[in-house]
Amino acid sequence: MIIVFSLFLLTMMVVVALAVVETRNLFAAAMLTGIFSFLMAANFFVLDAADVALTEAAVGAGVATVFFLGAIALSSEHEHSASRKFGLALLAVASTAVVILLGTMEFPILGDGSAPVHQHVAPWYLEKTPELIHVPNVVTAVLASFRGYDTLGEVFVVLTAAIGVLSLLGFPRNNSEENAVNDGLSHQKILHIVGKLLIPLIILFGLYVQFHGDFGPGGGFQAGTIIAAALILYALLSGGDRARRQMPPRLLFGMACLGAFIYAGVGGTTLLLGGNLLDYSVLSHDPVHGQHLGIMLIEFGVGLAVASVMLTIYHAFAGHEHR
Amino acid sequence: MLAAQYPVLPVIVPLLSAPIAALMPNRSLAWIMASLVSALVFATAVALTVIVSAQGMISYEVGGWPAPYGIEVRVDSFSVVMLLVISGASTLALISGKASIDAQIPSDRQPLFFAAWLLALAAYSGIAVAGDAFNIFVFMEISSLAGYVLIANGPDRRALPATFKYLVMGTIGASFYLIGVGLAYMMTGTLNIADLHARLGDVPYLRPILLSAAFVTIGLAVKAAVFPLHVWMPNAYARAPSAVAVFLSACSTKAAVYVMLRFDFMIFGGAFAHHDVQFSTVLMSLALLGMLIGSAVAIYERDVKRMLGYSSVGQIGYILLGASMISLGGVSAGVIHMFNHAMIKGGLFLAMGALVLRLGGGTLDDLKGAGRTMPWTMGAFVLLGLSLIGMPLTAGFISKWYLVQAALDLGTLGIVLIAAILISSLMAVVYIWRVVEVAYFQSPQAGASKHQEAPLMMLVPLWAVVLANVYFGLDPSIPVDLATNAANILLEHAK
Repeated sequence: MIIVFSLFLLTMMVVVALAVVETRNLFAAAMLTGIFSFLMAANFFVLDAADVALTEAAVGAGVATVFFLGAIALSSEHEHSASRKFGLALLAVASTAVVILLGTMEFPILGDGSAPVHQHVAPWYLEKTPELIHVPNVVTAVLASFRGYDTLGEVFVVLTAAIGVLSLLGFPRNNSEENAVNDGLSHQKILHIVGKLLIPLIILFGLYVQFHGDFGPGGGFQAGTIIAAALILYALLSGGDRARRQMPPRLLFGMACLGAFIYAGVGGTTLLLGGNLLDYSVLSHDPVHGQHLGIMLIEFGVGLAVASVMLTIYHAFAGHEHR
Repeated sequence: MLAAQYPVLPVIVPLLSAPIAALMPNRSLAWIMASLVSALVFATAVALTVIVSAQGMISYEVGGWPAPYGIEVRVDSFSVVMLLVISGASTLALISGKASIDAQIPSDRQPLFFAAWLLALAAYSGIAVAGDAFNIFVFMEISSLAGYVLIANGPDRRALPATFKYLVMGTIGASFYLIGVGLAYMMTGTLNIADLHARLGDVPYLRPILLSAAFVTIGLAVKAAVFPLHVWMPNAYARAPSAVAVFLSACSTKAAVYVMLRFDFMIFGGAFAHHDVQFSTVLMSLALLGMLIGSAVAIYERDVKRMLGYSSVGQIGYILLGASMISLGGVSAGVIHMFNHAMIKGGLFLAMGALVLRLGGGTLDDLKGAGRTMPWTMGAFVLLGLSLIGMPLTAGFISKWYLVQAALDLGTLGIVLIAAILISSLMAVVYIWRVVEVAYFQSPQAGASKHQEAPLMMLVPLWAVVLANVYFGLDPSIPVDLATNAANILLEHAK
């Protein structure tokens, strides 16, 4: 059954990828990339990678598509038909594909328990997590503690993205109440009311994903994206100007910096307390409790940074067009 | 107690300060913060160099988890060469760059600019001390993104297409690297570099490993601007703000070469038969083509910053030529040239920053008569140019001396290599001479006589680099010792 699902999903992904390349309409291309991400998320889910699936669905299919649309709103919906000389490119891609295909013949078989990835570090994580960190979700333990240094880097990748967008597009200007240019979709009564009913539920779900990440799939990255999606929905429904009055872009960017700083600050604190970088055990008398505290703090930093960065980027795009 | 934490300070200190710098209300405060942090990282790099030279390699367990379960930070002689280059270039570029950054970047964008700078500094340092293949990818992401941001802040709109080209090619390079690391992980179940090396030898199926080596090497070759994958580089450096060109020209491509050597020697080296032959054949031919074609294109370039960019294509060729000899002498020569070229090219871009600040442009026409109006800046440019060519008594000569010595051990092939080194150096004479000619033997353009010498804050770091070039030309023991140790470490694993 899983094989059938996988085959279907992977085939659809190839079809969608070809369609993205083929279409000249950028709006369609953006939507198709959203579908591509959604198929990918389903694929991850079939492979039992629920955490990754949740992230892919929230970021790839959700927020990234909104950003594409924001960029299209600032430029053009149609691709300028550049000279379509892709003979050489096609040759390069085709030969890379052939080489990869040749390599796949010696790959371990999907689901093979004796494959190297299941034999070396993975059993150690499964065995030691209950004892050393004591959280049911091993993915969270690996992401936030065993490989917390990588995750620290990833949060700063996200912050760098916000810094990049702001230094290119600038902070969006706040229009005052009277000359607000855009009141969003508030004249669409049904959308407005149903949307407003949904927003608190989405935020609540985001908080659940944030704080339940130790037990089930989830964590700061997914939660931050979900909460940002709710607030982007608010901005779409009520108009960007109003949303920006409620949450000024400079405040949002400050929160993004604060979120990243919290994560790095936990690292700095562990150094000052005499531990190695990001060794949460020194945060409390009981090492396991220290791990819990550390993971909670850094997940909060991740959630804050991710949500604020997403909103900062959205407003930088959406606020730009009214200049 | 703190000394035990030195290996991670070059990463965590800039990471902690970047969000603060981004929120600074005032451009000068952000600049002061970035400069101080950068100087602190340099001081840590010097301290690590002393420790590593005395005690050998340092291994540090991030999070207190033992490798390969946790992430290892590992500092050896090769890491400290890279750290010194990165932090030294960043510090000098920041201190000297105040005036040119103020001239090229609007005040309200500067806190964001310095935050991106600190992120790039943290990320390059992170790559230098990483002992984990995926950790390198994470820092590669930060360094690339921050690098795009820094370049996109360039003084005119031509910076944007240059950044976009870099972004597309850089992303392809990083994706290839990630695919390669993924394949290696699939076949070994580990991401730790030392552990990868230990386990790759036992893998029964070699095709995926071969594929992994190909993806990693090609991906990093894109990032390192190895000929013919260099097309993003000259414009990225030429259109970037002057201070950014100093910083990135010294460390961005070298960081990729650094990772490439770590992978090809320390991971894939002993893993399968003929890897050394494949690596050597491919890289040596690309290195030779880069040395000859890069230098030749530089001769015809009228924009001096682009000229220096094409010159770097040739110089990356020298580094790879040394590495592709797979001998102690060759690899040492490559590492020595990583150090020396960072110093030379960083210095030349520093001089260009001063010239652009005063003359308003960096083409050969703009530079007419600069030898008279800006004697100290042009003097430094000429001395650094001589070092680039490889004049005795300069650091550039030391690189070529060791390279030629290593080539002599190779017999007939060595003669061909030496001929290529000579031809490429002669072409360097030609392109440096073209600048000297317009600067000293042509009269300034009308109305240009009021140009004055660059500010002292630029001249002092510039001449510090010039003097360092002379010092390391007379007494190269520090880089040579470090490079020999580094080469020993690399070759020890490759057996």
